[in-house]
Amino acid sequence: MSGTDTGATPTATTTSRSTGSLARSWFGPASSVLEANLTAYRRTWRSSVFSSFLLPLLTVLSFGVGVGAYVDQGVGGFSYLDWIVPGLIASTALQVAIGESSWPVLGGFTWQRTYYSQIAAPLRIADIVGGLLAFVLLRVLASAVAFLAVAAAFGALHSGWAVLTLPVAVLLAAAVALPVAAFAATIRSDSYMVIVFRFAVIPMTLFAGVFFPVESLPVTVRWLAYLSPLWHGVDLCRAASLGTTPAWSVPGHLGYLSLWVAAGWWLAVTRFRKRLIH
Amino acid sequence: MVTLVLPQMLGAGAAVRRAGSVMERNAAALKSAYWVVMISGVVEPLLYLFSIGVGVGRLIGDITLPGSGAVIGYAAFVAPAMLAASAMTGALSETTFNFFAKMKFVKLYDGILATPVRPTELAFGELGWAMARGSIYSATFLLVMVVMGLTTVPRALLAFPAAILVGFAFGGLGMALSTYMRSWQDFDLMGSAQFAVFLFSGTFVPAEAYPSVLRWLVELTPLYRSVHLIRAIAVDTVGWMQLVDVGYLVAVTVLGLTVAGRRVGRLLCN
Repeated sequence: MSGTDTGATPTATTTSRSTGSLARSWFGPASSVLEANLTAYRRTWRSSVFSSFLLPLLTVLSFGVGVGAYVDQGVGGFSYLDWIVPGLIASTALQVAIGESSWPVLGGFTWQRTYYSQIAAPLRIADIVGGLLAFVLLRVLASAVAFLAVAAAFGALHSGWAVLTLPVAVLLAAAVALPVAAFAATIRSDSYMVIVFRFAVIPMTLFAGVFFPVESLPVTVRWLAYLSPLWHGVDLCRAASLGTTPAWSVPGHLGYLSLWVAAGWWLAVTRFRKRLIH
Repeated sequence: MVTLVLPQMLGAGAAVRRAGSVMERNAAALKSAYWVVMISGVVEPLLYLFSIGVGVGRLIGDITLPGSGAVIGYAAFVAPAMLAASAMTGALSETTFNFFAKMKFVKLYDGILATPVRPTELAFGELGWAMARGSIYSATFLLVMVVMGLTTVPRALLAFPAAILVGFAFGGLGMALSTYMRSWQDFDLMGSAQFAVFLFSGTFVPAEAYPSVLRWLVELTPLYRSVHLIRAIAVDTVGWMQLVDVGYLVAVTVLGLTVAGRRVGRLLCN
């Protein structure tokens, strides 16, 4: 993004004559990084099918169907299964996004050191972060599409607006993946990553309105849920899939999540630069 | 007589001491960040208890136990299962990830086995360490259960050794499995299997509510037997079936440790 990095890319100055090649010089390098990530993914996708698709499906069965059978009165006029499915779409997006931007990014700096070879290529910091982000978002989109298809098969979707859970899942993923990647670029020991999962990711998943309404939380804890990006994603996804009005205004939700994306992008670029250049 | 037995007794004493020194090494190697990771493991089962037990429990109300017909609050139903699951997770994380890393990457065991420590003693030492860690989690969780009125003090005192037994069973199992792992990707699969078992072991609803095929499959898993045992002690009535649970868990422990001791010996001593 910043001019200081472009010195590393001789192609950026020579190809920026027309708008087409300008776009290529901005997004081309990032798409090469995306391609590298996808190539690496070809070796590990099998085990990720379990964690990003099969386990969410089993969670739907265990909670939506199993626990749901004991929730006699439903939630807000909907069966527990239908109510929990959009929450699980958002929380799966969060899990996949954080899964791809935590340990793998840490490994790219410490164990495999892929980022050091990337910065030695004609790439800017923004290309590396952009390529990573594009990969994360593609992974999230793929698992959200699969999840939505299964939810439709369960008859858990009440509205055509449910399609909008896909862009919401992608926005939520960007909002959480960027700050986590920035953190992964900062720490030197993987123990700190465990702490992030234990004190941020797991509490968010459990208390941000995925499994039960945040209104039943004590007021102070409720505000922590409101601060978490996940709750905004859950509220939007739930409104879209049930065809109801969200608890907050839609622009409010989108604005808040965009704020996380913008701050996360800035943090990630800053931290990656600090680790790779200085 | 004395000349026959005494060396063996001394041998057993020395084996315990050598297993103890494996534990001692782990304590000495603790770094600051890892301390926080270890201690904060206490909060995880509590978060589940408050979210699912209390939060979702508000939507459910009371639940009827299929065995005794007793009616209890949903939090009281879920809490013993979270205790069993946390004993499982604690034991597995120490005996799988950490064990594998020490064996394959840090090459720690090559060093340890160059000393008089034998493979079985190494396995016992690592397991003892995992149990020390797990017992802190279990004790804290039981304390919270008593404070929340989900169980009584005598029941909690009895549930504590049961939780330790659960830890031993999964610790032995995890160590044996680790010796068969090829790469970190295999651990992803194991984590997935662990989560799947966590979802369906009579943890969140009674196993009697599942379709019969799934139910019998679930009844065979070590986590189900653990939940069954701890739930009976903490909130229900203890009967003969709990002896089956205990026997099953002891058998898993012995089998796991035997396999692990042998495999470590074969992998590292040749």
